[in-house]
Amino acid sequence: MTTDTDQHSPPPIQELERVTIRFAGDSGDGMQLTGTQFTRTAAVFGNDIATLPDFPAEIRAPAGSLAGVSGFQISLSSAEIHTPGDSPDVLVAMNPAALRANVGDVPAGGAIVVNEDAFTKQNLAKAGYEANPLEDGSLNDFNVFEIPVGKLNARALEGLDMSTKQVDLTKNFFALGVMFWLFERSMDPTIKWIEKKFAARPVIAEANLRALKAGYAFGETTEIFHTSFRVKPAKLPAGTYRNITGNEAASLGFVAATKLADRELFYGSYPITPASEILHQLSTYKHFGVRTFQAEDEIAAIGSAIGAAFGGALALTASSGPGIALKGEAMGLAVMVELPLVIVNVQRAGPSTGMPTKNEQSDLLQAMYGRNGDAPLPIVAPATPAECFDCAIEASRLALKYMTPVVFLSDAFLATGSEPWRIPEPSDLPDISVPNHTDAANFQPYDRDPDTLARPWAVPGSPGMEHRIGGLESADTTGQVSYDPDNHQRMTDLRARKVAGIADDIPDLDVFGPESGDLLILGWGSTFGALRTATERLQRSGYAVAHAHMRHLNPFPRDTGDVLASYRRVLIPEINTGQLRLLIRGRFLVDAVGLNRVRGKPFPVSEVMSAARLLLDEDR
Amino acid sequence: MTDTTGPASATQPLKLTRKDFVSDQEVRWCPGCGDYSILAQTQRVMPDFGYPRENVVFISGIGCSGRTPYYMNTYGFHSIHGRAPTLATGLKIARPDLMVWVVTGDGDALSIGGNHIVHTLRRNVDVKILLYNNRIYGLTKGQASPTSEFGKRTKSTPEGTIDQPVVPPSLALASEATFVARTIDTYAEHIKETLEAAGRHKGSAFTEVLQNCNIFNDGAWREFTDRDVRDDRMLRLKHGEPMIFGKARDRGIILDGTKPEVVELGKGVEESDLLVHDETDDMLAYILSRMFWPEYPVPIGIFRRVKKPTHHQLVAGQIELVRADKGEGVLRDLLFTSDAWETS
Repeated sequence: MTTDTDQHSPPPIQELERVTIRFAGDSGDGMQLTGTQFTRTAAVFGNDIATLPDFPAEIRAPAGSLAGVSGFQISLSSAEIHTPGDSPDVLVAMNPAALRANVGDVPAGGAIVVNEDAFTKQNLAKAGYEANPLEDGSLNDFNVFEIPVGKLNARALEGLDMSTKQVDLTKNFFALGVMFWLFERSMDPTIKWIEKKFAARPVIAEANLRALKAGYAFGETTEIFHTSFRVKPAKLPAGTYRNITGNEAASLGFVAATKLADRELFYGSYPITPASEILHQLSTYKHFGVRTFQAEDEIAAIGSAIGAAFGGALALTASSGPGIALKGEAMGLAVMVELPLVIVNVQRAGPSTGMPTKNEQSDLLQAMYGRNGDAPLPIVAPATPAECFDCAIEASRLALKYMTPVVFLSDAFLATGSEPWRIPEPSDLPDISVPNHTDAANFQPYDRDPDTLARPWAVPGSPGMEHRIGGLESADTTGQVSYDPDNHQRMTDLRARKVAGIADDIPDLDVFGPESGDLLILGWGSTFGALRTATERLQRSGYAVAHAHMRHLNPFPRDTGDVLASYRRVLIPEINTGQLRLLIRGRFLVDAVGLNRVRGKPFPVSEVMSAARLLLDEDR
Repeated sequence: MTDTTGPASATQPLKLTRKDFVSDQEVRWCPGCGDYSILAQTQRVMPDFGYPRENVVFISGIGCSGRTPYYMNTYGFHSIHGRAPTLATGLKIARPDLMVWVVTGDGDALSIGGNHIVHTLRRNVDVKILLYNNRIYGLTKGQASPTSEFGKRTKSTPEGTIDQPVVPPSLALASEATFVARTIDTYAEHIKETLEAAGRHKGSAFTEVLQNCNIFNDGAWREFTDRDVRDDRMLRLKHGEPMIFGKARDRGIILDGTKPEVVELGKGVEESDLLVHDETDDMLAYILSRMFWPEYPVPIGIFRRVKKPTHHQLVAGQIELVRADKGEGVLRDLLFTSDAWETS
């Protein structure tokens, strides 16, 4: 983490290109809040940032236990970055359990800031430490800064009408203040945030402000840190930016889509981690005409969306893998009745309940095939948190234009991770509107547009076009119930052709690197950052490596076969056991090699590089 | 927003007849099925509501009842097993202007779709739910249903069912339904007046139609619905009127504590001693829903009818409120927030 050092003192300032900080504490310690505040401040300063929240499924696991450790990692940089960093340069550990759960990720020489007050016998035992790591020399490889956060914070808050427990809850702001000083960040955005957030509770506001300022002052006045660090603003393309998570971006994207489609948004949903934020957010957009419906279960959520689509709304439902499994039958119904619908899957580690807050990409085959019968539907997958905005519009566009359900495959990392997003001008966004069918004289429910093969959308209320649709096989054109063998063959083929034809309406693969060469790294979804960074580094080392990242997984872009054939080897890293690889091998007969890890975490860049090197070097 | 439910073209009174609601599809229930009569009465009452055909939607699930939408010349959706109320809810939220009917059966509504019935009713979604109850799975050829009587021998229960049957009006009342009624497939006059009341109710209208399956459960309700015994074995509920029944109108119901009791009129019991039906009394409604043959005459008619805001009115009300507070949403303002920063 060293580049050049300023000679001014005190305090010397070290200028860094990039730094990665991890805040870790009890899940009740407010680490997510601390991380988010640091992120906002870094973003406003203009750093390129990438974040990775990592929290347990238990809202309050036993205090001080390993199971209850919550973390938030942020990487900030003066250059463009793609990942929240493999390992933290600085670890802030609020208790022994947080230290124990995270110290393995800190490279030798890294900095560890600990709240020494929390290293009591009891807490050490809860974390499984037999000896105090602050005393037994086990941390000798690191720069350890011991700060009595609890005591100092309590002193700063003296005289306020608060219980000891309440005082203790503010110590995350003390830690945040220390970090602000250490990284030369202004406290202003957080001060404003506290004042607004706790406007109705002046004592709490005052306490948090005092804690924050005390932390900052501690950094400034003590000599515990020998340097502070500076990470300059990044040179991002000109524009207006805001920091955004994937779930936020998706929600905004769907609101934008309704405006672009000139239809009202209906959102039917059942709460599930990590998709619930979309429900929370969309429910605040009633002034945009957004109608959110918290259904009694996952099936009712999609059922209501199908009903709304029948009525002419832009209909949306979202869930995570277990909920999508419940929606399977209704997704098949949407395929059969050919109504537009977007189904968001914010993937998490499975199978079954799995690890609800941890990341995985293991629902691709579920999206492709997880229904009875041959039930094809398009799949789009954002690669970064900000891209969730564009993908929401793209999924809506395809659903409306082709009269089909569309799966939007996000994941926990995209949903909760954040990055700066260049905000688009609404006038630059595409028109995705499709008209209702109005020509009653020539209406047949299963007539088809010759180009898109979409059937007409005649919504209730349109006179002269009263018709019935349903899950039974429909006769071509008329839509009457049909058991005719040839008709079923024809309709099955039509449903497949309609989805396959979308390949003519989506961009070619965006290949980063040489048009042909030794290795293509092919990926999809949230592995983008790790794959792009690994590719850049390999290219700098002189390898003929390219990276292509798929945003459309069904159908594949038209040129996919040609691109695959242009490289000697193909590596497909995925956070699953090889689902895209199976599809690619089956479709293109390419001997693609997988790199598959399911540890609930994003790929480290280093692992991608090792796997790539292995392939590159074995051929030499 | 005001309640948009209502006949669409008030200025031009519609003169539709039963035939306007008959689709061109050949009806394919078994000959002699009770569904024919329910369908005919449904088509007959539709013109009375004043809705143009295109503003009416019939939604069904799976089972014999599920075929109903094909036979109604309106918009229709034959969905999947048990889920019709969910589609109806979404449709009604998106399109409050439509009149939405759900047609379901005892298996569809009370077994696989039990959850949705409960929640649709408690939300007071403005849909008319017709539950055709024949106490058997007909389309799958004769298994026990959630309303089959305890001990009933069926293909799937050769030694008799060991499950207690669900009483549909009790369940509907427990689900906070604002309209709960029961009628009978073969009782044309009664089914018509009940469907009319259901159609005019603003909110969830739950109607159980006791229906015969002459193939797999013939005589499902015969003991008390047959023409020659029905006046003696059923109790027609009428709001504000004392509970009298019997061909000779010589018997009535009184309440002993919380328990209803059948009494004979004249022998020291006057009409004024009898229980008077009150559609707005939900305690009474529940007591009535527990009365069944042979201990009691089976109540038919409207158990409960109360006015409450409908789900779509509440949805629209919140949208109105937020719009009044924040103004109509502007996309650019939503995207460009105050914490955004510029780079050059």
